Amino acid sequence: MGGLAHIPILSIVIFFPMVGVLFLLLIDKESESVLKGTALAFSIIEFALSLPLIVYFRSDTAKFQFVERIPWVKSFGVQYFLGIDGISLLLVMLTTFLTVLCILSSWRAIKDHLKEYMIAMLFLETGMLGAFIALDLVLFYIFWEMMLIPMYLLIGVWGGPRRIYAAVKFFLYTMVGSVLMMVAIMALYFLYHRATGVYTFDITKLYQLNLPLGPQMWMFAAFSLAFAIKVPMFPFHTWLPDAHTEAPTAGSVILAGVLLKMGTYGFIRFSIPLFPSAAHKFVPLIMVLAVIGIIYGALVAMMQKDVKKLVAYSSVSHLGFVMLGMFALNIQSVEGSIYQMLNHGISTGALFLIVGMIYERRHTRLIKDFGGLSKQLPIYATFFMIVTLSSIGLPGTNGFVGEFLILLGTFKSSRVFAVFAATGVVLGAAYMLWMFQRVMFGKLDKEENKVLKDLNFREIMTLVPLVVLIFWMGVYPSFFLGKMQKSVSHFLTQVNTKIAARQMLDHGNRALAENIWNNGKIKIVNVN
Amino acid sequence: MNLNQIMTLLPLIILASFAMGILLIGAFAKNAKGTSTIGYIALASMVFVFLSLFLFVGKGKMAFGSMMRMDVYSIFFNLVFVVIGVLTILASISYVKITGIHSGEYYALILFSMIGMMLMASSTNLVMLFISLEMMSIPIYIMAGFLRNDDRSIEASMKYFLLGAFASGFFLYGLTLIYISTGATSYQAIANFIAGTQRWNLSKLIWVGIAFITIGFGFKVAAFPFHAWTPDVYEGAPTSVTAYMATGVKAAAFAALVRIFFSVFSPFQHDWTSIMWLIAVLTMTVGNFTALVQKNVKRMLAYSSIAHAGYLLVAFVAGNAMGRSSILFYLLAYAFMNIGAFTILMVMAKKNDYHEDLDSFAGLGFKYPLTALAMSVFMFSMAGIPPTAGFIGKFYIFSAAVKSHDYWLAVIGVLNSAVSVYYYLRVVVYMYFKEPEEEIPTYRFSAPTVFSIVLAVWGVLQLGILPGDILNIARHSIMALM
Repeated sequence: MGGLAHIPILSIVIFFPMVGVLFLLLIDKESESVLKGTALAFSIIEFALSLPLIVYFRSDTAKFQFVERIPWVKSFGVQYFLGIDGISLLLVMLTTFLTVLCILSSWRAIKDHLKEYMIAMLFLETGMLGAFIALDLVLFYIFWEMMLIPMYLLIGVWGGPRRIYAAVKFFLYTMVGSVLMMVAIMALYFLYHRATGVYTFDITKLYQLNLPLGPQMWMFAAFSLAFAIKVPMFPFHTWLPDAHTEAPTAGSVILAGVLLKMGTYGFIRFSIPLFPSAAHKFVPLIMVLAVIGIIYGALVAMMQKDVKKLVAYSSVSHLGFVMLGMFALNIQSVEGSIYQMLNHGISTGALFLIVGMIYERRHTRLIKDFGGLSKQLPIYATFFMIVTLSSIGLPGTNGFVGEFLILLGTFKSSRVFAVFAATGVVLGAAYMLWMFQRVMFGKLDKEENKVLKDLNFREIMTLVPLVVLIFWMGVYPSFFLGKMQKSVSHFLTQVNTKIAARQMLDHGNRALAENIWNNGKIKIVNVN
Repeated sequence: MNLNQIMTLLPLIILASFAMGILLIGAFAKNAKGTSTIGYIALASMVFVFLSLFLFVGKGKMAFGSMMRMDVYSIFFNLVFVVIGVLTILASISYVKITGIHSGEYYALILFSMIGMMLMASSTNLVMLFISLEMMSIPIYIMAGFLRNDDRSIEASMKYFLLGAFASGFFLYGLTLIYISTGATSYQAIANFIAGTQRWNLSKLIWVGIAFITIGFGFKVAAFPFHAWTPDVYEGAPTSVTAYMATGVKAAAFAALVRIFFSVFSPFQHDWTSIMWLIAVLTMTVGNFTALVQKNVKRMLAYSSIAHAGYLLVAFVAGNAMGRSSILFYLLAYAFMNIGAFTILMVMAKKNDYHEDLDSFAGLGFKYPLTALAMSVFMFSMAGIPPTAGFIGKFYIFSAAVKSHDYWLAVIGVLNSAVSVYYYLRVVVYMYFKEPEEEIPTYRFSAPTVFSIVLAVWGVLQLGILPGDILNIARHSIMALM
């Protein structure tokens, strides 16, 4: 951290897009190229500002880094508390990276209210980064909710024909989940106070609580409902296809690339480590739901007529893998799960961009309207192929590493689930390749398709970074895995120690319980 | 009456003298210009009251032979009333011109009813409580009917007056029963009597009295099942008056309710908590679910104000110190966001077309971006979405419920708040997502109105982002009750 000791780098990273918003407010709404240029410049600088995080990040510790801590509402113990570890680092990078591409991709697609659009984009970026970086539950909750507003506007103002329905559905679904989480946050806060006499929302402190199973179950359920809706896990996924189909391209990219990760991140940062014993009890249920999600998502995707909807349902399937790996709770599966979060952000983000590019040209996304495009659009076809293969998980691409680790880890903890999940891989290949074949190969028989232009320079530049990452992450995963290694193993030690300590305590064996957490070198506050 | 007592009553004296002065000047100022001058005079009175309040900070002083107490608790509420008064008067200055309320009495009545509100927050005697309630209510009955050419306004006034009188009857009867069974009217004496008597020796009439008093308060705060008047009255009354009573009357009634229930009736907390629990749940739920189907924004805000009364009752049921201070905080937050939203409606009102339905909001977001932004801030705040005052307020209220282990109440409350998101968002949907069906009329923004909106937005964001100081003051204020 050496060079950055006195710079509040995380605050800068979170709030720099808001500076961009202020600049945008000053620009006349008619001068569109200036607006686009400014927004793009700010998003690129923002990405550059986030680079020091990965450069100065120390992979040899599981501690939170670049920590900033200022009391905010003193009487309540609310703090402005920021920090990242190996898990959030990569998600933060993904966010700043994808925002640049989203702004690039909106160059021609957005015609109305461009100024407001760019403002919403940058505002959203602040919200997402804040949610990944906040280590105080109230601060997290505030960013978590704040993020909804710009996303809601993005879908509702710039979306497709049923945009209002989709936007409201998106908002309400997420809202219902999160208000229950709010109650659980309060309950946790008072329980911690009863155990220690201190009022705090600091999660590093709250991690130490070792609560009885009963309260853990309730609070786990409340937190997890919020996150499961966001992921979305089967059966809470119904908002997702609507939101994706109606959202503008960049909205879909952000939604799939980052917002859905908010849910899986929530599980790994909050639900599981705060309530490990409950999580342990919930493992079978969540794994069943995850496997259903994988297979169901794939089957529904296969039947879609609309390419964008197909990609949306494939998200349900991919996120099923992420959840499966996370709840297998061993080092390979959890690392695979986090890796798959990044993969999904990159591959599915790229797919939405690609679908958006053809939609801009043809104003349709129905598979039957295409066919034989590879002859007319060779560059486009190449990119599409690479991204499709990455989404399927072909060795050499990023998707392979994630799915392999997840299946490997899951196989260790429960073979049945691994076997079922593996069929999802096969189905994934089936729906993607079948779609690709129908869109790109065959006869170029539609008149409208014969005049389509291939990708321009800007579009190529939007896709190249993604393709580079697809191969980089596929060929040299240890760069990324190395960053998260310590944090993941710390996460697992913490979870396993607390589960074991709880079991000992419930059996009345206090001495053994103390022994366990001393060995785990983790401070635990026991509550009975 | 010595000087000390006069000092204690200074805010009230200022208000009363300004109100009477305005009545006199009002007789000579019958044109539009004169009316707005009177508006500024009324505004000046708010400034003086505001300054005079600082004389009492930290001192609990009695007046009128211990019939009222100027303590930190009442000072907090008086500040809330000043905020309400400033916002309402600022917004009224151009609204009365548009709607043709050419009279100084309008402002005089605002000030008179504010005296009632302030007395309500500080009365420590049953008789004083009743007088202050009437002092607050009667001017508002009149104000509700100020649009003499509008049937809805007349209906509102009549309805509010008749039902209000009925509720006052219950209230007075309740006070009498308490007096009969304890032999005292002062809070202190009643509390001493209850504390000094075995529970089974107490007259059963006390419980009946508490129930009747609850009915009276329930009517004033629009709690279920005494809420039926609210939508018609709020919709029919001039918008400025609606804003004033939705926030002011609610704040005053809660001030008195909390003071009497927690300082006098606290031995019976177990008895009234269960019934209040039910009332709180039903108030929230009925308010929110009926608001869902409203097409008229003013009427929607009326139903939503029932729901907000329900949230406040949640804090009341929680019954701990946190709950009480969250009531104080929430009422202040509610004043900013609610009057703010009504002020936007006032801006949109034209002489014969009030533009209150949702369709009038269509396309506003891009024609009047700043107005729409302010309205969105108010809507998000009422829906309880950060970083606004409404979020912190709800967070505080539901924390209090969780703290008293009433998890179900908190869960029902937050789910209600999620339901409310739907109808608040609908305003935002219309502003940003819908194309206007007809030409959006030109709205004029006078300086005082703009100032009022800016002040309200500032309040909502200040309490939402840096709530620390006000939370501390609210916590400190309820100490005076113990």
